[in-house]
Amino acid sequence: MDFLNAIILLLNYLFVPALSYGSQLALGAIFVSLIYGILRFAYFTAGDLMSFGTMFTILFTWYFQSLGINLGFLPTALIAIPFGIIVTILYVLLKDKLVFSYYRTKKSPPVMLAMVSIGTMFVTQAIVRIIIGPFDRRFFDGEKFIIRANEFKEMTGLNEGLAIKSTQVITLFVTIIVVSILFWFLNKTKTGKSMRAYSDNEDLALLSGIDPKKVVMTTWLIAAILATIGGALYGLDKSFKPFTYFNNMLPIFAAAIVGGIGNPFGAFLGGYVIAFSEILLTYAYKKFFVYLLPESLEPDGLLQLLSTDYKFAVSFSILVVVLLFRPSGIFKGKVL
Amino acid sequence: MRNNLDVIAAYSIMLGLIILVGFLQSWSMALSILCLCLISAVMTIGANIQWGYAGLINFGIMGYTALGGLAAVLVSAPPVEDAWKAGGLDMLICAFIIFSMILIIRLVLQKFSKSKNRNYIIAAVIIAGLILLRLISAPAIESIEAINPATTGFLGGMGLPILFSWIVGAFFAGGLAYVIGKIALGLRADYLAIATLLISEIVIAVIKHEDWLSRGVKNVIGLKRPVPYEIDLQGKEWFINLVQKFHQGSLNLISDNLERQQALKQLVIESSTVFVKLCFAGLFTAVVIILLIVTQKALYSPWGRMMRAIRDNEEAANAMGKNVVKQHLLIFVLGSAIVGIAGAMMVTYDGLFTPGSYRPMRYTFLIWVMVIVGGSGNNFGAILGGFAVWFLWIEAAPIALFLINFFTSGLEETNALKVHLIDSIPYFRFLMMGVGLLLIMRYRPKGILPEKIKRV
Repeated sequence: MDFLNAIILLLNYLFVPALSYGSQLALGAIFVSLIYGILRFAYFTAGDLMSFGTMFTILFTWYFQSLGINLGFLPTALIAIPFGIIVTILYVLLKDKLVFSYYRTKKSPPVMLAMVSIGTMFVTQAIVRIIIGPFDRRFFDGEKFIIRANEFKEMTGLNEGLAIKSTQVITLFVTIIVVSILFWFLNKTKTGKSMRAYSDNEDLALLSGIDPKKVVMTTWLIAAILATIGGALYGLDKSFKPFTYFNNMLPIFAAAIVGGIGNPFGAFLGGYVIAFSEILLTYAYKKFFVYLLPESLEPDGLLQLLSTDYKFAVSFSILVVVLLFRPSGIFKGKVL
Repeated sequence: MRNNLDVIAAYSIMLGLIILVGFLQSWSMALSILCLCLISAVMTIGANIQWGYAGLINFGIMGYTALGGLAAVLVSAPPVEDAWKAGGLDMLICAFIIFSMILIIRLVLQKFSKSKNRNYIIAAVIIAGLILLRLISAPAIESIEAINPATTGFLGGMGLPILFSWIVGAFFAGGLAYVIGKIALGLRADYLAIATLLISEIVIAVIKHEDWLSRGVKNVIGLKRPVPYEIDLQGKEWFINLVQKFHQGSLNLISDNLERQQALKQLVIESSTVFVKLCFAGLFTAVVIILLIVTQKALYSPWGRMMRAIRDNEEAANAMGKNVVKQHLLIFVLGSAIVGIAGAMMVTYDGLFTPGSYRPMRYTFLIWVMVIVGGSGNNFGAILGGFAVWFLWIEAAPIALFLINFFTSGLEETNALKVHLIDSIPYFRFLMMGVGLLLIMRYRPKGILPEKIKRV
């Protein structure tokens, strides 16, 4: 019984939150990785693009709510996401036309493009803050929990409850669907294959008649879709605040690099690596061992490896270690 | 002279703008803009050494700034004796353990050849060291933080004049840069950018949460200034006489004696803040000028030529027998040390240390905008960038207000759009920075004052 309790405890506080946070990071990391592979620069606007997409999702959610449209027990934001995606796509394409295409045709070095993306980061951040303001916003509606801790306790008769938020389940489902479609697209369709070819060797790809404009446009489309979905899911699960989204850029980059930048599948797994290690290293294991060990051996301290304040620091340290020992990432992306 | 015409023109315009603020808004405001412009200039000199001379991207500027600030606290804050008694010894032991860990690891690296076993030994040393550190430091930290947490709760500093911290800050930042450089300088440019950005976040996380060292988010206030305090000045005979002399004309116009005294008192209060800021501006200008002379000399020395050669073609420079790795590390440390000075200067100017206020937008990316807008590779350009961008950053709000009022003049005062726009004025500065950066990168990619290479 104590063993079961201990397992449920870990599931409740470690596994479920890490899984949903990891999915949100993974969506971001995939598009950062794609942009890196195909457009060949570090896209510093990543976090702010996510907040841009989320902002429009929120605006559409409010609009639908004012019309009285809702999805019952599901959050209204789910119907707003496609509209948010459309606006974000228009925005990235406009940005590409006005800003990035110039440097691409000029074949500027990647550093230059990274700097330019800092410029667009400032602009995007300004747009988001001017339109919706810098405040914390919650836009979740519908049923909050799928299983409540109390219900679970009654159901199983265990001491520990397992609470599963509906947003966590939605996050997981949406991520699985989106990522499978994406990998199907990259591996099976002609456009996807040409994207991978372009990423592997630009000159050869051009030689074999692949249209670079189409490849670049598809990349931006995917980036906008993933950014909006990832951002909206994060916002549903926690809350929407532009500054947090900007900060999320850092673990996203860490995930992309840990997984092997330029390799979408690596980035996908990298998201989970980062999320799990952040939560595993900052969780206080005291209660877990109280269940497992006999009373005489009960630990005194919290048994916490690092205080939760260092959450971000964990992912960055992993990144540094990976960069040192395996610069191409765990799952072999582009070699540095 | 003629070659430098653009420099002179640009700086005159900049100075004119600041003086304009003095006339239009207030002299106190103009001087505080000037002081922060000077601090920004020091930062941009540091960033420019790394990016302009050597082509290294350092997105960790925020971390070095914060370390410089921490140096200011550790140098000038009075020591908290009770805290030292409670846990000082244990913390010293911890420092000793860290030091010996590093020594052991170095020894292992030297003595053993590269193998799996070596890695295991190193990992074991690190893990054992961390556990030992944890066991010793945890109770010590608790007892240090328990001592009068509302006012101290940390070990305090050394109680020395804060000016020393400018040098100590440079050493702190340089030391960190040495470690980071050893780890990360082998990476490709944009990886280096990301790695330094993340490491600077770690630095901030440590400073924010190690309360025994820096009081963390509880902030350290009331650091001693190197210049006189306003209150003291207002009581000084010579200062009142000075103000009287300065405003003789306008004071004489007031016939009533009592009223004249009142007016004088008001003037003394106003002038005291201006005087204090003038002192600061003088100190900062001295730093900027010294740094400028040194960096200019370095830029046109054989060493500077070598750096540019490495920047423009690493392989060729390497083939000529230049040690690229060593030079990169050197310039990384030097540039970061200068940023550390700026961090200490900033805390000196504010008189307080607020770890929560270090954000990458303000302390990393804004500095980069300054360097790129001003002109990378050219010290005068970088300093000008520091001035111009900081000026715009502060004056963005009034400019945005003016523009919004201008474009929405047809709308009523209560119009929802107009009210919303006026509410979000603070965020227009981001827009201006972004658009400014994009425009400069597109149409003048070398910055306002581009790099000039003297042919000898």
